[in-house]
Amino acid sequence: MSNWFKRIKEGITTSTKDKKETPEGLWYKCPTCKTIIPSEDHAANLFVCVNCNHHHKIGSKEYFKIIFDNGAFHEINAQLKAADPLNFTDTKKYTIRLDESIKKTELNDALRTAYGKVHGNDLMVACMDFSFIGGSMGSVVGEKISRAITYCIEHQMPLLIISKSGGARMMEAAFSLMQMAKTSVKLSLLAQEKIPFISLLTDPTTGGVTASFAMLGDLNIAEPNALIGFAGPRVVKETIGKDLPKGFQTSEFVLEHGFLDKIVSRKDLKQTLGNLLQMFKN
Amino acid sequence: MATVLDFEKPIAELLEQKEKVEQVASKSGVDVSKTIKDLDEKIKAARKNIYEHLTPWQKVMVSRHPDRPYAISYINAVSDNTWIELHGDRTVKDDKAMVGGFGSLDGRTVMFIGQQKGTNTKTRQYRNFGMPNPEGYRKALRLMKLAEKFNKPIVTFIDTPGAYPGLEAEERGQGEAIARNLIEMAQLRVPVICVVIGEGASGGALGIGIGDKVLMLENTWYSVISPESCSSILWRSWDFKEKAAEALKLTASDMYANKLVDGIINEPLGGAHTNPAEAHKIVKHEIKKHLDKLDALSPEQRIEKRIKKFCAMGVVKE
Ligand SMILES: [Zn+2]
Repeated sequence: MSNWFKRIKEGITTSTKDKKETPEGLWYKCPTCKTIIPSEDHAANLFVCVNCNHHHKIGSKEYFKIIFDNGAFHEINAQLKAADPLNFTDTKKYTIRLDESIKKTELNDALRTAYGKVHGNDLMVACMDFSFIGGSMGSVVGEKISRAITYCIEHQMPLLIISKSGGARMMEAAFSLMQMAKTSVKLSLLAQEKIPFISLLTDPTTGGVTASFAMLGDLNIAEPNALIGFAGPRVVKETIGKDLPKGFQTSEFVLEHGFLDKIVSRKDLKQTLGNLLQMFKN
Repeated sequence: MATVLDFEKPIAELLEQKEKVEQVASKSGVDVSKTIKDLDEKIKAARKNIYEHLTPWQKVMVSRHPDRPYAISYINAVSDNTWIELHGDRTVKDDKAMVGGFGSLDGRTVMFIGQQKGTNTKTRQYRNFGMPNPEGYRKALRLMKLAEKFNKPIVTFIDTPGAYPGLEAEERGQGEAIARNLIEMAQLRVPVICVVIGEGASGGALGIGIGDKVLMLENTWYSVISPESCSSILWRSWDFKEKAAEALKLTASDMYANKLVDGIINEPLGGAHTNPAEAHKIVKHEIKKHLDKLDALSPEQRIEKRIKKFCAMGVVKE
């Protein structure tokens, strides 16, 4: 946040003290086009810039509200928390990192699973939270997806996974790697049951998440202009030793190369999901 | 001249001594059999002592030893040079970092697939340093499906520093290619044995790693990231690779203890690079042993066990 913006924010705080429900402050400045609008209006527009259509990163809380009818859902396995099977310490102990993240985000890990109705259709939604250690995939993410699939099979319920992740959780090392295997082999059971699985890729979806469930949807859809790739752009740049072409690894790029079915704006997400679920049903 | 790793120097010095004694003996005709015998004992003791106490980082170095047998070397040995290499993914091209084809394992046809590294500057580039592109994973899957169609078991040899992070790899869907293999391998009706013979780096390794039995050679590593990259990301410096290697618990014994692989294959004393022929023999024996056991199960039983095994991986708090 620039100093200039901070001053503006502080300047108007007193006059609008009662509008406290927007957590990020009272004004939103678009990082792409720099347009400034009241946070309330930004939230009402589903955190998409009214001027340039920039899709601001949001978490499970917001997606559940957007997707489920009347914002009503049943969360499952919310209690699951990360263990520290390798007793991992880098510059900080993993357990301390976890405690800090739980405190900061008020989340237990980087993914929540909940079911509810979307335009009257049943849907299980597994949604990643980037705010929790970069949406990294550790044992909890894998286990929650695995259990959500079990629930989907038991109840013949379609599955939506919303990906938003930097990839593996390094502090769980090979346990993290094997979550790619775990989620994918489990998805093979869902496929055998012919239960629809829609994968929604949002900004960013990279690494082990891209190389497992995110790319395995019966339908792969994405929000506009999201970063989607296996290797991160910096690594690719280092590999080829020159600048990356404009638009490399965006949703539009991935669609053009044949790995997405559709790009869906956030404002159309619920309606599109409802329509697709009906198509599978009828 | 063979490559000598730092910690192997005491062994190399003894080997050099032995060579000198032999030279002297052949010139002078003096009987040196007693000295040679003593030196052989010392070499064996030094190998045992050093190799029993390798640190995780030292094992990573052994796993990358340039004299280590690579995939094709194992495939040719295990199949008694019957291997017929098959090429191409039928879509884009033939990936030289991923090889595959039918071979005969003592009379039984097996689909052998592996990541292949080069042995000199030229072939290293030709093999892209063992880093497959998406078409490599798609070739592997095509061959696995071919094996399944004709009811032949599959053996994969894992040895990669990672899937290639290039521009075209991204354009052609590296992530999708690996993901597709994971879900498809889960449901293969034929027995699948995966052997980590060198480096098992991340998704690039896992892309041919969903098996009924996943085995690691004694001096190999398997994890989500290389110790060097882990050091650079978590410690923000390249200087903590030894520490990272320890923290990642990436050795065969750690992976087995954490139930993330199904077994460890012992290497000849002093590592596979000191005696490739012996390493080939041991690996062949292990593959045959596990194939026999897997044959006793029905395809449905194998698939169920395979899926259950991977689904049990991970540790959470309720
Ligand atoms: Zn904007």
